[in-house]
Amino acid sequence: MKSLADLEAIRARTLENINMRKDENAARVVIGMATCGIAAGARPVMLAFMEEIQKRNLQHVTVSQTGCIGMCRYEPMLDVILPGQEKVTYIHVKPEMVPRIVSEHIVNGHPVEEYTIGAAKD
Amino acid sequence: MRDLSLHLLDLAQNSITAGASLVTVRLTLEDSGMLTMQLEDNGKGMSPELLQRVTSPFATTRTTRKVGLGIPMMKENAEKAGGTFTLESEEGKGTVLTASMDTKNIDCLPMGDLSGTLLSLMLTNPLYPDFLIEGKSPQGEGTFDTREVRAALGSDIPFNEPSVAAWLKEALDEEMKSIFGGVLI
Repeated sequence: MKSLADLEAIRARTLENINMRKDENAARVVIGMATCGIAAGARPVMLAFMEEIQKRNLQHVTVSQTGCIGMCRYEPMLDVILPGQEKVTYIHVKPEMVPRIVSEHIVNGHPVEEYTIGAAKD
Repeated sequence: MRDLSLHLLDLAQNSITAGASLVTVRLTLEDSGMLTMQLEDNGKGMSPELLQRVTSPFATTRTTRKVGLGIPMMKENAEKAGGTFTLESEEGKGTVLTASMDTKNIDCLPMGDLSGTLLSLMLTNPLYPDFLIEGKSPQGEGTFDTREVRAALGSDIPFNEPSVAAWLKEALDEEMKSIFGGVLI
């Protein structure tokens, strides 16, 4: 059973990491979660990012959401913004694609070109 | 929308946009199989004029486009599954959205990933607002209150910290399974 008492220990462990995440050098993942994004499957993608970040214990990554940016046909969409670089927009993202985006782009700095909006054929 | 939990995720966003500090999700499954999904918030509410036209797909508060499909799709999915859809709202007080459906109706959408939805809401709104989940079914009832979580964790730690997120995931899974496991999810 999970109990609220667990949170005390989590607090102690977490306090120092938080400042790192607030850091301007943090990488940002911004997922479209309006009606269109949600209907297309944004929720499992967001949860996959959280899981992958936890698995790799990445301290410099934040995941947040945004609304509809008007290209609903490409949902689920997300932006990866590395500090000092232009944002990269991924389209039709599925949870299975998330580990590759995290390892190749967020960790190693090479966008996964074939998943980006630049590779869209329609 | 493929399932009811996705509607919940979508509609809760309206409460958050309305500036609510507390969003209450009530899920009640009766012996008869009737399911009531209620979202109550203390956000800014809607004017009578907006309230009247908000179930139209051509009503939205957005300024970039003229369609808003979240509410009308929920209404349609409730009504085609033998249920009802109501919205009450008062400016300055908040909004209560109630959708019911007969889970035995062939056109009723499945519940879907309920705890994953609640988790998504908490992770994408890591510091504000709070969520109160009240669940009830023939096999039990329970609540999950993020105000209690914040009191124990400290209000300066956001829910999207990975170790907090992992705790929330397990706690929500346990709670929802104990209430709805086998009967709804």
